[in-house]
Amino acid sequence: MKKTYHTVNSRVPRVDARAKATGEARYAADLAMPGMLYGALLQSSLPHARILNIDVSRAKMLSGVKDIVTAKEAGTVKYGVSPARYDETVFCADRVRYVGDEIAAVAARDPETAQEAASLIRVEYEPLPALLDIDSAMSDGAVLIHDDFPGNIGAEVHQEFGDVEEAFKGCDIVRTDRFVNKRQDGGFLEPQACVAQYAEGHLTVWSSTQSVHYVQRSLSMVLGIPIGKVRVIKPYVGGGFGPKAAVNTIELAASLMSMRTGRPVKMVFSREQVFMHSRARHQFVHELTTGVKKDGTIVALKNTCHLDGGAYSSFGIATIYYAGSLLGAPYKLANMKYDGYRIYTNKPACGAQRGHGGVAARAAFEQQLDIIAHELGMDPVEFRLKNIMKTGDVTCNDFNMSSLGMKECLDAVRDGSGWTEKKGKLPKGKGIGVACGFFVSGAGYPIYRSETFHSTATIRLSEDGGGANLYTAAAEIGQGSDTILSQIAAEALGVAFGDVKIYSGDTDFGIDLGAYSSRQTLMSGHAVKAAAEDVKRQVLEVLSDELNVPRDDMDIENGIVIFATGRPDFSAVRSAYAKEHRGWVQSSLPEGLTFKEAARLAFLKRGVIVGNGAYKPGELGGKYKGAAVGTSPAYGCSAQVVEVSVDMGTGRVTVDSMTDAHDCGFAINRTNVEGQMQGSLSMGLGEALFEEVKFDGGGRVINASLGEYRIPTSLDMPNVRTIIIESNEPNGPFGAKEVGEGAIMPTIPAILNAIYDATGVRMNELPVTSERLYTAIKNKVK
Amino acid sequence: MKKIITVTVNGTEYESAVNPNMTLARFLREGLGLFGTKEGCGVGDCGACTVIMDGQPVNSCLVLAVEANGSAIVTIEGIGEGGKLHPVQEAFIEAGAIQCGFCTPGMVLVAVNLLENNPSPTENEVRQALSGNLCRCTGYQKIVEAVERAASKIVCGERAGEL
Repeated sequence: MKKTYHTVNSRVPRVDARAKATGEARYAADLAMPGMLYGALLQSSLPHARILNIDVSRAKMLSGVKDIVTAKEAGTVKYGVSPARYDETVFCADRVRYVGDEIAAVAARDPETAQEAASLIRVEYEPLPALLDIDSAMSDGAVLIHDDFPGNIGAEVHQEFGDVEEAFKGCDIVRTDRFVNKRQDGGFLEPQACVAQYAEGHLTVWSSTQSVHYVQRSLSMVLGIPIGKVRVIKPYVGGGFGPKAAVNTIELAASLMSMRTGRPVKMVFSREQVFMHSRARHQFVHELTTGVKKDGTIVALKNTCHLDGGAYSSFGIATIYYAGSLLGAPYKLANMKYDGYRIYTNKPACGAQRGHGGVAARAAFEQQLDIIAHELGMDPVEFRLKNIMKTGDVTCNDFNMSSLGMKECLDAVRDGSGWTEKKGKLPKGKGIGVACGFFVSGAGYPIYRSETFHSTATIRLSEDGGGANLYTAAAEIGQGSDTILSQIAAEALGVAFGDVKIYSGDTDFGIDLGAYSSRQTLMSGHAVKAAAEDVKRQVLEVLSDELNVPRDDMDIENGIVIFATGRPDFSAVRSAYAKEHRGWVQSSLPEGLTFKEAARLAFLKRGVIVGNGAYKPGELGGKYKGAAVGTSPAYGCSAQVVEVSVDMGTGRVTVDSMTDAHDCGFAINRTNVEGQMQGSLSMGLGEALFEEVKFDGGGRVINASLGEYRIPTSLDMPNVRTIIIESNEPNGPFGAKEVGEGAIMPTIPAILNAIYDATGVRMNELPVTSERLYTAIKNKVK
Repeated sequence: MKKIITVTVNGTEYESAVNPNMTLARFLREGLGLFGTKEGCGVGDCGACTVIMDGQPVNSCLVLAVEANGSAIVTIEGIGEGGKLHPVQEAFIEAGAIQCGFCTPGMVLVAVNLLENNPSPTENEVRQALSGNLCRCTGYQKIVEAVERAASKIVCGERAGEL
């Protein structure tokens, strides 16, 4: 029997919607403080050079300049995302590694003065060879971008599960394909911004970030301030998608200059600086060899990947693992070999972006599976269904599919799109394609090695129980976590949604690793649910003593105390409550005992009722090197069918329709789940058809604007038919798991497979621009 | 040298001395404290800074404050009356058209302007009207649905008012 819920699995409007609809919501760039200074950066104009001298004397003389900092002032403590690859310093001491690498910062009375001062700093360079792509960086005798990494290989991974070469011998089809995507930009609408304020030994930073916790730790480590004296607060954030998941230079520089001047310092990225900072999607070059039996059984996969990492590691140490491990499902695959190489180049560092590490691999693999299905004469949906994993299956790389509605997703998009009626029956220039994917529901381990809880939550009741304040460091960045967590708290505590008030995104509110790896609903959700249950337990304990009813015979639902058997006499509790509120105009109380009355009693007996919750996943995955990356307490999965029209004369692709089914375990908020699905598909469509960060020969981004780096507009996106699949994840709060990133996985290959269906052409390079597709169509005709 | 301008913003007239190179976006934000106007790019690509100037949506980062001299400007703070939301704002909230919210003020203003000029737009007309405003979160679908929902709210509201 399905349980009845009051708040979860609904379509309650977001808790932050009104503030955002009225313009009242304040983002980091909207903040101002008395005496605040404005910072500006000096960034390298060369892609690779030694710094011979930095002369700040002219900048210092400019009226209104309050501080100038370089590596001399900032020191050279190495930081980064993963301790295994701390390869950045706040400012470059002796060498710049990409156009945009930070050399100095200025704080001044207004932004113009700061900019001007930065431009007056003279840097003497000795240019070094610029290595702008994987091949030149790996070539014999290439200069080393980081001295400790020969061949400019910043990280490499070699894994084998089963025996791939042996398995290929028994296959009827073994084919190899090469696939390459392009560097993508996050394209979030709000450029990074922050305000730092240092006073009396305490540093407070308001920043546009996905993880207050990681920023706090980095600031503490690099600036040498005890972690307890660093507070990071996330105001409203205008999207992140990955690139805002780690500390950035302006957070460090503004903090440093605030410490030195004693005044608040604000720094804001220009859109061009967003592109130069990047930390977004890598370029991946995949070579996949897949072996299949003639009955359609997938037997083995060999995956070699080179990642163009840019000048620093950022999240790349995780990215490189994901680019292999995320092909372990959703198809049964007994043999899988992966060789990955992340290469340093003289370009902005790449990092995490929605579908971290797995998006290009998934596109390559799902297109190859489509080719193989055609070679076998099998319907691509049937071919996938034949190999599909189900709940309880464990991948060859030890990922446990504790719930997996993959078949349900595929069935749903086949039936929802009219696949059977359309596949193979569309006119030339029209095509239909299908693909699947899966993704983690929260990384199984923190990015730094630690036994830490991944999420904590605290709920504090008001003295009359009429309000439950929820405190969490989880990061609402637009994905909806404030709403989801409020819903979970209300449901678990048994009160109305409107009685919960959330305070989030602040390191003073607890520990939360933040909004990345699709982890907030499952992990922060668990912590919040536990905190709510703790509060409920305490209130019921007091009530139990008062009424002489065993605690476990009572519950709270919808603001009313429920008794398992009979109804005890609670008139004393009720009259005490009334006495405490003399003069109040009391609305008539319901027949049953209210939570407020019980909570008031608990307060009188015990003081403020505070409930705590904490979550960590425990040990997950295998024992091999790198086994941690890709482990998760749960995995979301999805299938998509896309229809396209291709103008055969110009190569222009129009996406006509998209049908998407996603297994999110249990939809805490159905509107939000659909919103995540639609947004994911939009980002995937952009990467498939037009997004590409381009560089000139001098390592400069030549399309560092949202006009020339085109993201989808309202005219590019069709309406998406969204189908929510709920497989009831045993490791998720109320059965919930991810939707934020997994939904992007099938988009690119579904589009590519539809383009093939329309044109007979396979595209192995993204984005599929008109020019690229037109040329491919022409070459095929020849 | 600063120039004196007179601008009516959300029905209130302001006289201000501004630098000739100050943009309208910055004037609204820093001069008048109207931070609902967002800056996403500063060069007219993203539409986050959209305001209504003399009845037309404009990217306020591409308009100089001195160009707005004598104009009537409506920003997001001027939408809705006396704490009551405009039907477009209500529809955005109900339809789930808001995620990160950074594009929302611009989107709402474009939608309000569209419905004033075309009370019953087709889906394609809505998409055309919104095409200068970028959103990275929603895939636009729920924004389009919200505008359609607002259109029927307004039409129904007016009909109710006629009775």
